[in-house]
Amino acid sequence: MSENTHLHEEPSYLVDTGKRKGILAWLTTIDHKRIALLYLWSIMVFFIVGGILGETMRTELYKPGQQFYGPQTYNAIFTLHGLIMIFLIVIPGLTVVFGNFVMPIMIGANDVAFPRLNLFTWYLYILGAAIVVVSQFTGDGPPDTGWTFYAPYSTQTPLLPWAIYATAWIQILATPVIGITLLMIIAERTFHIGFFDPALGGDPVLYQHLFWIYSHPAVYIMILPAMGVITEIIPTFCQKQIYGYKAIAISSLAIAGVGYFVWGHHMFTSGMSKEAIWLFSILTFLVAVPSAIKVFNWVATMYKGSIDLKPPLLYAIAFIFLFMIGGFTGLVQGALATDIQVHDTAFIVAHFHYIIFGGVGFAFLGAIHYWYPKMFGRMYSNRIANIAWGFLFAGFNLLYFPQFIIGLEGMPRRYFDYLPQFTTAQQISTWGGYILAIGMIIMIVNLFRKKGEKATANPWGGKTLEWTLPSPPPMENFTTPPVVPEKPYNYD
Amino acid sequence: MNTGASNFVEGVDWVFKLLFGISAFFLIVITAMMIFFVIRYNRKRHPKAVQIKDNMALEITWITIPVIIVLFLFYYGFSAFQPMIWVPKDAMKVKVIGKMWQWSFEYPGNKVADTLVLPLNRPVKLDLVSVDVIHGFSIPAFRVKEDVVPGKNNYMWFTPQQTGNFEIFCTAYCGVRHSYMGTKVRVVTPRQYDQWLASVKVASEEPGGLQVLKKNACTGCHSLDGSKLVSASFKGLYGKTETVVTNGTERKVKVDDEYITTSIYEPDKDLVSGYSKGIMKSYKGIVKEDEAKMIIEYLKTLK
Ligand code: HEC
Ligand SMILES: [Cu+2]
Ligand SMILES: [Cu+2]
Repeated sequence: MSENTHLHEEPSYLVDTGKRKGILAWLTTIDHKRIALLYLWSIMVFFIVGGILGETMRTELYKPGQQFYGPQTYNAIFTLHGLIMIFLIVIPGLTVVFGNFVMPIMIGANDVAFPRLNLFTWYLYILGAAIVVVSQFTGDGPPDTGWTFYAPYSTQTPLLPWAIYATAWIQILATPVIGITLLMIIAERTFHIGFFDPALGGDPVLYQHLFWIYSHPAVYIMILPAMGVITEIIPTFCQKQIYGYKAIAISSLAIAGVGYFVWGHHMFTSGMSKEAIWLFSILTFLVAVPSAIKVFNWVATMYKGSIDLKPPLLYAIAFIFLFMIGGFTGLVQGALATDIQVHDTAFIVAHFHYIIFGGVGFAFLGAIHYWYPKMFGRMYSNRIANIAWGFLFAGFNLLYFPQFIIGLEGMPRRYFDYLPQFTTAQQISTWGGYILAIGMIIMIVNLFRKKGEKATANPWGGKTLEWTLPSPPPMENFTTPPVVPEKPYNYD
Repeated sequence: MNTGASNFVEGVDWVFKLLFGISAFFLIVITAMMIFFVIRYNRKRHPKAVQIKDNMALEITWITIPVIIVLFLFYYGFSAFQPMIWVPKDAMKVKVIGKMWQWSFEYPGNKVADTLVLPLNRPVKLDLVSVDVIHGFSIPAFRVKEDVVPGKNNYMWFTPQQTGNFEIFCTAYCGVRHSYMGTKVRVVTPRQYDQWLASVKVASEEPGGLQVLKKNACTGCHSLDGSKLVSASFKGLYGKTETVVTNGTERKVKVDDEYITTSIYEPDKDLVSGYSKGIMKSYKGIVKEDEAKMIIEYLKTLK
């Protein structure tokens, strides 16, 4: 293959070669690889903030009653935790970091189509994030509505944060439905036009529809790149062609397609028409099928492979396991009779953390461990990475699994306080949260020790184009056009 | 006759068992396969991978099986849900009123209680009414839950089949005291129920001021018995000296008619020291002037 498509003397993208040096060179870069790292650092900072917020909630919930902050603070914190995690990390996460870093190389390009726009988007992202943070300290304190901002409760919070939020999210996402919905809330507050507030002749359930029409597909926007990462990692560490390439590709499209029509399953108890309910239920069940197909294909790829259980593969296997639990508990919500019981309880909290953290999050960590040598030109310690993985996996399950159980028993979500019978489970969760945090710290330290040996161009034996470049790649990816193999994942 | 705490328990739990059974089966089999492959085809033992061609028949099988399973699960989920929609004609009716952050239950004859008391084995329909934001009415032991949406006539029904006390939670996030918006349902024998109902005061027998406080859910934040909720209790409030912040400067005032009236209509003007603005909203246009007077008269009696 094209191992020598460029000269080895060429400096790597991590070395400043332009007029500007240091931090300035980074802030004005239009190189897709550097922009990817800008995103990686910012996402890491936000993740640490969001994570600390989460840990304070777990600590507050250690016992019934108030530990160290009151309900108003708790409500503001779970709102902020959700906003940061969903909008600043999970939705953009994989796409902006790894999409930016590897996609152009994978398709044999030297950069993205609009490099300046690419940098500009990062500035918008930072601006949006800054505005979110600032709006926490304006008006009469942070909003406490939960990240779903259900009306009419949400229309009673101060106006300024709303206006700011709306702008910020529209900038970040440019997504019409949510944008329009937020505008409607603002119009309602400012001009007293009744959309959602029954006192003004509106329909509060309409808001929920509009919210979930956007937000449920958003869950698939989050999970699809994660599935893409898994589909990269498994073939490499099994040295095998991905099984059912076509089925995997079609499943992605099917998930995206059907995913647009299942939003109603968030609202089975809202009193919506009983005829609409069964349609949403059946569609929710059907959207599970393409996900199941992907799982079968991943596992089939491992069959008769030559399996090297390196950290990226460990994360991929953890992803499959946790994603299955998330998926199966999703079926509980698709089934009408059982959804009534678990709706708005800790069960839902557990379910979406299994999908979003166990799924998207573990895929992200797998991706970091997979492309790390390429990004930084260095290896990390496999042993420490495995230990960190152990803490993360154990901590994660201890943290979220008990929430399924108390959810089934009726413990509602977004509760600052709870009845004594839920104490044991809450305490296990809190310990799990701490173990998870320890795992995160070990993992981050391992990646930033800067002691690892130099990485070769292709440490894992990958077959995609990024592994034909040296680690780290030069500023201009390809000096001569690469030879693209006729078929991806070709291990023949 | 089934044995759950309500008529829905058996049906719903059966669907739970079905779902968890099938899930556990697939979870264990697939996980075991992954672990087996990792060991059996480890690179040390199996240095060269065997490339396998896609097999159409296999893929069609594993598309068809999940489709059949999910359709089957949908059917069971739906049929256990179906009876929750159709309310029997002879169901007794209770109106459930959700208000930040208290539930109250209105029985025929204008009798109002703050726990839900129900007779055993008699179907009951609950009409769910909210006067402010969306709340969620949930009785986990009965496997029922429905949102309480302002302006919508949501409802639920069930037949209690066991005597005892069961928790009621608010499940839709509704503000500061969301997690405290709970009460109990007490299921008793029909005879005990009749006795209880006879002993419930008709709402209009309570002092007028108290009725106004309850109607506006002031009691969600201010207790009447000296305990601290969101804010100070009303007990012993009238006549005491309060430290307040007016336009940023702290001063002392005596709690009198005028002070209470200001507190109701412009709560942020004389802010009780130690609280932040905006927790209590203005009741201008909500509590009428004669109602405010009734509140004041009632507070005078809370020594
Ligand atoms: C959301 C919770 C909440 C509700 C509901 C509420 N209040 Fe308040 N109230 C507060 C808080 C917090 C304070 C203290 C801060 C302030 O002065 O605004 C307060 C202060 C007061 C005071 C002054 C108390 C003192 O210690 O000096 C009075 C009187 C009062 N409220 C009456 C009412 C009445 C009457 C209602 C119902 C019509 C009501 N409140 C509803 C939260 C609430
Ligand atoms: Cu409520
Ligand atoms: Cu609530």
